[in-house]
Amino acid sequence: MRALGPQALSIEAVSHAYGARRALDQVSFAVAPGTFAVLLGLNGAGKSTLFALITRLYATQHGRIRIFAHDVARSPGEALRVLGVVFQSRTLDLDLSVTQNLMYHAALHGIGTHEARARAEEVLARVAIADRHRDKVRNLSGGQMRRVEIARALLHRPRLLVLDEPTVGLDIKARSDLLGYVRQLVTEQGIGVLWATHLIDEVVEDDQLIVLHQGRVLADGAVPRVVADCSAHDVRDAFTRLTREGAPQLMGETA
Amino acid sequence: MSAATLTETGQGRGFSLRQYAICLKGIVWREGLRFLHQRERFVSALVRPLVWLLIFAAGFRQTLGISIIPPYETYILYGVYITPGLMAMIQLFNGMQSSLSMVYDREMGNMRTLLVSPLPRAFLLCSKLLAGTAVSLLQVYAFLLIAWFWEVEPPLAGYLAVLPALVLSGLMLGALGMLISSVIKQLENFAGVMNFVIFPMFFASSALYPLWRVQEGSVLLYYVCQFNPFTHAVELIRFALYLRIDWTALVVVTGCTILFMVAAILAYDPSRGLLARRGEPGGGA
Repeated sequence: MRALGPQALSIEAVSHAYGARRALDQVSFAVAPGTFAVLLGLNGAGKSTLFALITRLYATQHGRIRIFAHDVARSPGEALRVLGVVFQSRTLDLDLSVTQNLMYHAALHGIGTHEARARAEEVLARVAIADRHRDKVRNLSGGQMRRVEIARALLHRPRLLVLDEPTVGLDIKARSDLLGYVRQLVTEQGIGVLWATHLIDEVVEDDQLIVLHQGRVLADGAVPRVVADCSAHDVRDAFTRLTREGAPQLMGETA
Repeated sequence: MSAATLTETGQGRGFSLRQYAICLKGIVWREGLRFLHQRERFVSALVRPLVWLLIFAAGFRQTLGISIIPPYETYILYGVYITPGLMAMIQLFNGMQSSLSMVYDREMGNMRTLLVSPLPRAFLLCSKLLAGTAVSLLQVYAFLLIAWFWEVEPPLAGYLAVLPALVLSGLMLGALGMLISSVIKQLENFAGVMNFVIFPMFFASSALYPLWRVQEGSVLLYYVCQFNPFTHAVELIRFALYLRIDWTALVVVTGCTILFMVAAILAYDPSRGLLARRGEPGGGA
């Protein structure tokens, strides 16, 4: 099942502390290209800290993070170049139009105007929002903004897409649309996706599931396997059992 | 097993000069667009110095006589004297505002978008500073245009000669703002910075009164003014506007610009990051 060649994302024994408080403790897992991996954890599990480390907002204190074999600490430029990010908080410029936001992002990746326009059209069509490209972001709905953010993250053709709780604040329809778009990207483009969420119903059978709880990885593997290893009958049950026991030994069984 | 496919990753290593240029252009363009969209910001940036020039200076015109001091060759009106100080004040506010807005969460999001660009972080921050400076230039020239109708008429060539001085002072004050934005943990509102940075810097400088007059009043204050980089920014602008160079000011402002820029870049470096000390990202964990 593992693809040959480098992992899209490889987290190796990463620990991070804010002063005395440990946010991440020896976190290790990998996401292969063409995989939809769900990072499941409650609020406070350490998901956003992990995202801050992957995107190099903070330096990794212990351990190593690699994106397609590029060490984030040693060659950040190469690592960030193949990485697309959708942050938990909204990061679009509300006063600028959809296209202007995308053009700004393209410039940040050194993509010229001509090329950027063509790509913007392409990615906006992909997330089905091309008809709003002239609108100010302020006038879009929450779900539409998220789609624009995904389009923006795809503009420089990343091979790994990481999304931090992208469905927060969206209604059921917008949520399932968004999940649909991203899953489609995985199957059609073969990119690796790390999707952080606290919503269990966003997990499906084919996904890779990583359970993060209180800064530790409690389970990592294909969904049926994680469920079976916990002797649970579904993902919700498995998650409840894992987080209730908080048993770190499960890591060895499932990794 | 992984090394063989490394090249697949893409578009080759490093970035071309053209890509750097595109990135810089994009950052300046966005700052310009935002400026155009925030008309209130432009208006208040103009009203502030105009209040000083049209009201304060008029009131003080008779009280405060300015003798002939370089770079002026004749007696001048008080309004003429304080104009360079007000130009620097516009840049001071602009530098603090554009950088400090990063402190707010919503803006922090924009900062994150900037920082996930694969180009070197130092380059990104310098580009942002240049963009902020470019916006401050628009504000300063708009102010000069209005001031011209108020008998502030420097030599025509001075408008051009002052440009490099303004670029330098704009960068210095922007870098200072960026540095403060990285250090400050939380900012309740803009008032804190007004009280502790903008007002002291502005009043303890040669913006409103020549330093020899300050010395007559308080020797201590005189020394404080001398050590205030803002004083030197004002003098650099004042001399340039009248087609002369104040070398001391030039050296001090250049030195401070480099110092503040390096400090700001270090502050935004993830490994020694003051950002990291600020605590957890984006509220949640």
